Amino acid sequence: MSATSEGSGLGPFRRRFTWGRGGRPPIVATTICVILVIAALAGRNFITLAPDEVDFTAILTPPVWIEGGSWEHLLGTDQLGRDMLSRLVAGARISLLTACAAVIAGGTIGIALGLTAGYLGGLAEAVIMRVVDAFLALPFILMALAFVAALGTGVGNIIIVMVLTNWARYARLVRSEVVLIKQRDFVLLARVAGLNRRAIALRHILPNVLTSILVLAILDVGRAIILESSLSFLGLGIQPPDVSWGLTLAEGRTYMTVAWWLTLWPGVAIVLAVMSFNAVGEWLKARFDPRGQL
Amino acid sequence: MEPLLAIRGLNVRFGPSERPVPAVADVDLDVAPQEIVGIAGESGSGKSTLCGAIMRTLVRTARVSGEVMFSGRSLLTLNDGEMARLRGRELSMVLQNPMTSLDPLYTIGNQVEEVLRERRRDGAGLRPGGAIEVLRRVHLTAPELRVRQYPHQLSGGMRQRVLVGMATAAAPKLLIADEPTTALDASIQDEILILFRELRETAGSAVIIVTHDLSAIRRLSDRVVVMYAGRIVEEGPTGEVFRAPRHPYTRALLASLPRIEGDEVHLEPIPGQVPDLASLPPGCAFAARCPVAKDICRGQRPPESVVADRHRLFCWRAEETA
Amino acid sequence: MTANEPMVEASGIGKTFTLPAQSLFGEAKRVAAVVDVSFRIPHGRTFGLVGESGSGKSTIAKMLLKLEAPTEGDLRVEGQPIFRQSPAEELAYRRKVQAVFQDPYGSLSPRMRADRIVSEPLRAHGMPRREAEARAPDLLRIVGLPPEAALKYPHEFSGGQRQRLAIARALSVDPQLLVLDEPVSALDVSVRAQVLALLRDMQQRLGLTYLFIGHDLAVVRYLSDIVGVMYFGRVVEVGPARQVLRQPFHPYTRRLVALASGDAPLGAVRMQGELPSPLNPPSGCLFRTRCTYADTTCIDQRPEMRDAGSEHMVACHHYEAVVAGTKAETGPQLREA
Ligand SMILES: Nc1ncnc2c1ncn2[C@@H]1O[C@H](COP(=O)(O)OP(=O)(O)OP(=O)(O)O)[C@@H](O)[C@H]1O
Ligand SMILES: Nc1ncnc2c1ncn2[C@@H]1O[C@H](COP(=O)(O)OP(=O)(O)OP(=O)(O)O)[C@@H](O)[C@H]1O
Ligand code: SF4
Ligand SMILES: [Mg+2]
Ligand SMILES: [Mg+2]
Repeated sequence: MSATSEGSGLGPFRRRFTWGRGGRPPIVATTICVILVIAALAGRNFITLAPDEVDFTAILTPPVWIEGGSWEHLLGTDQLGRDMLSRLVAGARISLLTACAAVIAGGTIGIALGLTAGYLGGLAEAVIMRVVDAFLALPFILMALAFVAALGTGVGNIIIVMVLTNWARYARLVRSEVVLIKQRDFVLLARVAGLNRRAIALRHILPNVLTSILVLAILDVGRAIILESSLSFLGLGIQPPDVSWGLTLAEGRTYMTVAWWLTLWPGVAIVLAVMSFNAVGEWLKARFDPRGQL
Repeated sequence: MEPLLAIRGLNVRFGPSERPVPAVADVDLDVAPQEIVGIAGESGSGKSTLCGAIMRTLVRTARVSGEVMFSGRSLLTLNDGEMARLRGRELSMVLQNPMTSLDPLYTIGNQVEEVLRERRRDGAGLRPGGAIEVLRRVHLTAPELRVRQYPHQLSGGMRQRVLVGMATAAAPKLLIADEPTTALDASIQDEILILFRELRETAGSAVIIVTHDLSAIRRLSDRVVVMYAGRIVEEGPTGEVFRAPRHPYTRALLASLPRIEGDEVHLEPIPGQVPDLASLPPGCAFAARCPVAKDICRGQRPPESVVADRHRLFCWRAEETA
Repeated sequence: MTANEPMVEASGIGKTFTLPAQSLFGEAKRVAAVVDVSFRIPHGRTFGLVGESGSGKSTIAKMLLKLEAPTEGDLRVEGQPIFRQSPAEELAYRRKVQAVFQDPYGSLSPRMRADRIVSEPLRAHGMPRREAEARAPDLLRIVGLPPEAALKYPHEFSGGQRQRLAIARALSVDPQLLVLDEPVSALDVSVRAQVLALLRDMQQRLGLTYLFIGHDLAVVRYLSDIVGVMYFGRVVEVGPARQVLRQPFHPYTRRLVALASGDAPLGAVRMQGELPSPLNPPSGCLFRTRCTYADTTCIDQRPEMRDAGSEHMVACHHYEAVVAGTKAETGPQLREA
């Protein structure tokens, strides 16, 4: 906290909502995020070739600007003659959607438990927070591997695994904010007004922690993409015929020396996506969370 | 003497540009070094907004225009970094909302020390117990306990005193105190006002004190400024304004103080409502509630009349109210 | 309910906060915010509570609002203990008792629109949202806000305007007991006069009972029938408002009254002496460190509440001397600047 703060008239609360903290908005990163989201949601409408359409006449075609490339396959084809661009777009869909689903589901569970712990206190809080601590103490990739071993692979299971590995951070964040907000006068007055606990938690406390949650969620999308890619790369995540960046990367690995484009494109996609979501998240964090509790 | 703070044509507008809320309008105000100026006025008259415009702590949606010169620098054009440095040292402020100005996550001690550290960037070390000393000066009991407590564990008046302590910890050239004593009992209130006066005497600070408590202004300030609906309506030496207020609004304000006659307490609220800032009448904003308003008051904005040395008011009937 | 059963009855209530130890070897510190306080508020009357900042007034208010539980003593409303209620009883209690707090910035949910803020208590007691929100303009009018204020958010109001919103909200469910913790401190004199007149009028029309906490003695006197004076967690004097605020018996109240008149030049009248520490309270009378009448009795013995006649109670060993003293002097012994 750089804080000239209170005495100088810029209280931390006001500071949280003042533009201009956290430097300039990351325009490039935001644009990339938007493009990725559009690709994930509507990309199918722009590509003409199906991502799993095998074409043995066009195996390992290089990108269009290289000798032997063709306009039909802008970014080249893989060992089965499938179009790389189509596979990237289809991969964006699965990578991003599993990441978002995981973040939303994990966030919801974490928020619910964090609110419960923070607002009720006592035994509920003690139990929930011990579980949270346990989850946060384990390295998340190890935990993910353990869960995959137990649950098996596939899109649904991957989402479950990702939820299991990230809910705890939301629970901890929400609880720490709730503990503070519930001391504020407007929450006390809501109790005096006769509101029940659920209404107070949802109407008075939740709206005031949403900004922090949103920031954490955006940061988490990047994490979730890495997790999904890592698992898929290890063969423990998304399974063919589904397509994801991690899987594409794994499949191209053996051809790395003869056809670099099989690994470069999915690699670039992962790195760009993760970096962009992180940049946007970090910027939001600097602006809205100067105390750095996320 | 060269004023420490010179405000010229200051305007602050909120809300959509089609239907702006002019919270501060055409304010001109000088504050000399070591002067104590009191600002009074009804709730919503723009006092806090004026302070916020000087300190540049208003929300970004506020549209501020005009000029604010503070010891030779134009505050409205400084960049954020320069402003922050100025705020840390030469300018300081006690905000009107004591709870939201303190960070609920940190102990009182942490927060006071942070201010002290900021003020001593020149390298001088932090004296141990500095925070306790600051709290003792604002008459907090058991300061050694308070430094360990969190804001919600203090009473309202204690939080307010913590803020006053932090704002006066350094020797600012100008201290702006927005309602610094509303939550305090009479004895501690007096101690805080005395602290402001001492700050002027020992550190040469000028003070702008915004308060509803007219008796605090009367006893502390050299000059008083009365605001109504975003504008200054009367300004003059404290003794003179309190003895012989000239503006009908100032008169009504002084009359609305509770008076104790025998066993009864008399209250005389100013009749009528504060006008809606978004749809102000073309003339004097007080006309609708003014006992001596004429037609011209409703139709045209009153000009400035200087009725005595440093005593001015904005009223069509300035001559007759003497 | 018997005819002279009070609305509120506090018997020996106390509240001690415990602060966890700072280190492994440190001691947990205990702050006695309220100690052995007893008072009664008759139906339809106002009990004014004044006293030093930090003396425990808000803590008493919070206990009455069931936001804090007393660590000692018994607190009853209409003869019923207010702790250990069933959920249904609690909801009924919440409807009967409402509150307005001191800080207008903290009292309103920052992301809620004004019409929802003022109508929320109605909804909490089962009124459909539409109907409840339709009553917002009326409620706003009662506290002198224009109907278009219903569509604004708290940050668009000034401090005083927010406080009026808070009052409108408290009045929405037609409560019987209002806990007013410095409700007008943030208001300017003119609006303050309007709100006080409104509170008095509501009390007369609806027979409301008030617990009114304030620092401005003229305001407290305007509204209160009975006044209690607090000093460091204890009530040191309680009695009819007029007597307590005009002819106080306790040396602390005397100084408070002298200071509050606001006539003397700044600094001419000052409280002298050490502030006692709540961590290490003085023996005997808590006020002895600042009291001009103090002697060895005051050091050795804690003064009990004594009846000084006509329901005027005071906790001071030498109140007779204090009262007699006024005949000789013009005021209590105060330092001359
Ligand atoms: N962020 C904002 N958006 C819109 N209107 C605002 C905003 N802040 C203040 N206002 C309006 O500006 C006017 C002046 O508000 P300000 O807080 O300066 O009053 P004040 O004189 O300090 O009152 P008080 O004595 O009650 O604190 C009010 O009518 C208020 O509604
Ligand atoms: N949650 C808490 N934890 C620890 N101490 C507390 C807590 N709430 C209040 N206190 C302490 O209790 C004492 C009384 O506080 P209270 O808020 O009742 O004072 P008050 O008389 O209302 O003062 P003011 O006039 O300043 O509002 C103070 O010493 C305060 O620090
Ligand atoms: S008991 Fe003694 S010390 Fe206490 S107020 Fe009375 S005279 Fe003063
Ligand atoms: Mg203000
Ligand atoms: Mg209080």
